[in-house]
Amino acid sequence: MSADPTPSGHGEPGRLLVFEGLDGSGKSTQARLMLKWLQARGYRVFFTEWNSSELVSDTIRRGKKKGLLTPTTFSLLHATDFADRFERHILPPLRAGYIVICDRYAYTAFARDAARGCDPVWVRNLYAFALPPDRVFYFRVPVATSLERKLASRQKIAYYEAGMDLGLSADVVESYQRFQNRLKREYDRLAPIDHFTVIDANRPVEQILRTVRREVRPLLAGFPTTEALTHA
Amino acid sequence: MRKTFGTRLPGMSKEHLKGYLIVLEGADGSGRTTEVDRLREWLEIQGHPVVDTGLRRSTLVSEQIDEAKQGHTLGTNTMALLYAVDFADQLENKILPSLAAGSTVLADRYIYTLMARAVVRGASRQWAERLYQFALVPDLTIFLDARSNLLLHRAIAKYGALDYWESGMDLGLSRDRFESFFRYQQLLQAEFEWMVTTYGFHRVDANRTPELVHRDVRKLVAPIYHPQLPLDDTDLAESAPDAD
Repeated sequence: MSADPTPSGHGEPGRLLVFEGLDGSGKSTQARLMLKWLQARGYRVFFTEWNSSELVSDTIRRGKKKGLLTPTTFSLLHATDFADRFERHILPPLRAGYIVICDRYAYTAFARDAARGCDPVWVRNLYAFALPPDRVFYFRVPVATSLERKLASRQKIAYYEAGMDLGLSADVVESYQRFQNRLKREYDRLAPIDHFTVIDANRPVEQILRTVRREVRPLLAGFPTTEALTHA
Repeated sequence: MRKTFGTRLPGMSKEHLKGYLIVLEGADGSGRTTEVDRLREWLEIQGHPVVDTGLRRSTLVSEQIDEAKQGHTLGTNTMALLYAVDFADQLENKILPSLAAGSTVLADRYIYTLMARAVVRGASRQWAERLYQFALVPDLTIFLDARSNLLLHRAIAKYGALDYWESGMDLGLSRDRFESFFRYQQLLQAEFEWMVTTYGFHRVDANRTPELVHRDVRKLVAPIYHPQLPLDDTDLAESAPDAD
């Protein structure tokens, strides 16, 4: 028999860990490494990323390609996508006592939609059904680092990722920088309000990894592994 | 400047919206669509260009909504948000430009139906209201109020059966479709009753002939125009009362 895990703010038996930050902040890498680490330690873990519900991902892609989206429809479509994933892939595993790792959560929408000029209070209401995470890791990097990593990856910078729809600059790289600056300001503004654990992500992967693991350990005190559950 | 329910759309032009926004709400079978056609005809005869709009008509997501409805698998929040995308797309690409061009926009259902559907499926009223804060406040909202047994009657007459969604089968109120239909319509009716007062709807008794309904609708519509529309109704022939 394992001890009862410490209760969470969201009231479900599982744990909700969120990884947030700019593109190129290393948050996805850290989220994947966290998944592997927790699985290796015998926990039941579920992983979910932004923008991945089948329902609307096609629409988002099509809308983006044809430039059909305005800040409002962009915002609502992403909220729809999130709601679908929340109802399907986040809430059920949390209820079942899983550790759920989210590569981006509602905060991504708070930052992006505000950067696009949507009313932040309105956007926050859209996501009112989203449970508060046990921990939000904000991987904080300078915009220059984000851009450097983006360029080094040789991925083409996408139109909306660069905030080209806002007409900040005709040059993609310039627009990307200015848009990421806005996003960073939003994340920095949210950090104290939403109790982010701010991680200095302008460091080597191993160092960041150690910091993140140190933060997660206390959340798992008394949390049952699969083995403990099957032999209970 | 036209008023919204609380928040402005980013990029919304400050241009004066010359046209009028008229909303018709009411259950399936309340005669709403018939009335939209009549009203449109009448307004056009008066020389007012009319653009009509309704739910699930956006280019962006109407197909996704249809698909989702086939599968019957979406949660309350997801469905409500998907409808909100559809509405926002039409608001920005159809309603606002049409009003700016001076057309009358006739909305065959508006945010109210969407809010009522979400709320009876468990969404909080506050959440639903805030969701649609970006919507334009209509110049006039007419609620076609019809009794449930009349709605049932018309649904059967029209489709020969009760529609899964109009019967609210997804709510699991009853496995019996007739039973479910009545309970679902009652829940919606209660939401609408609340909205009639909160949003100042104009209620029209829809348990009557289309001619009588239309006559009342004209009386409500005429005064919102400047100059007011003439209320000559000699073209409206009396006919036998609708079977009930």
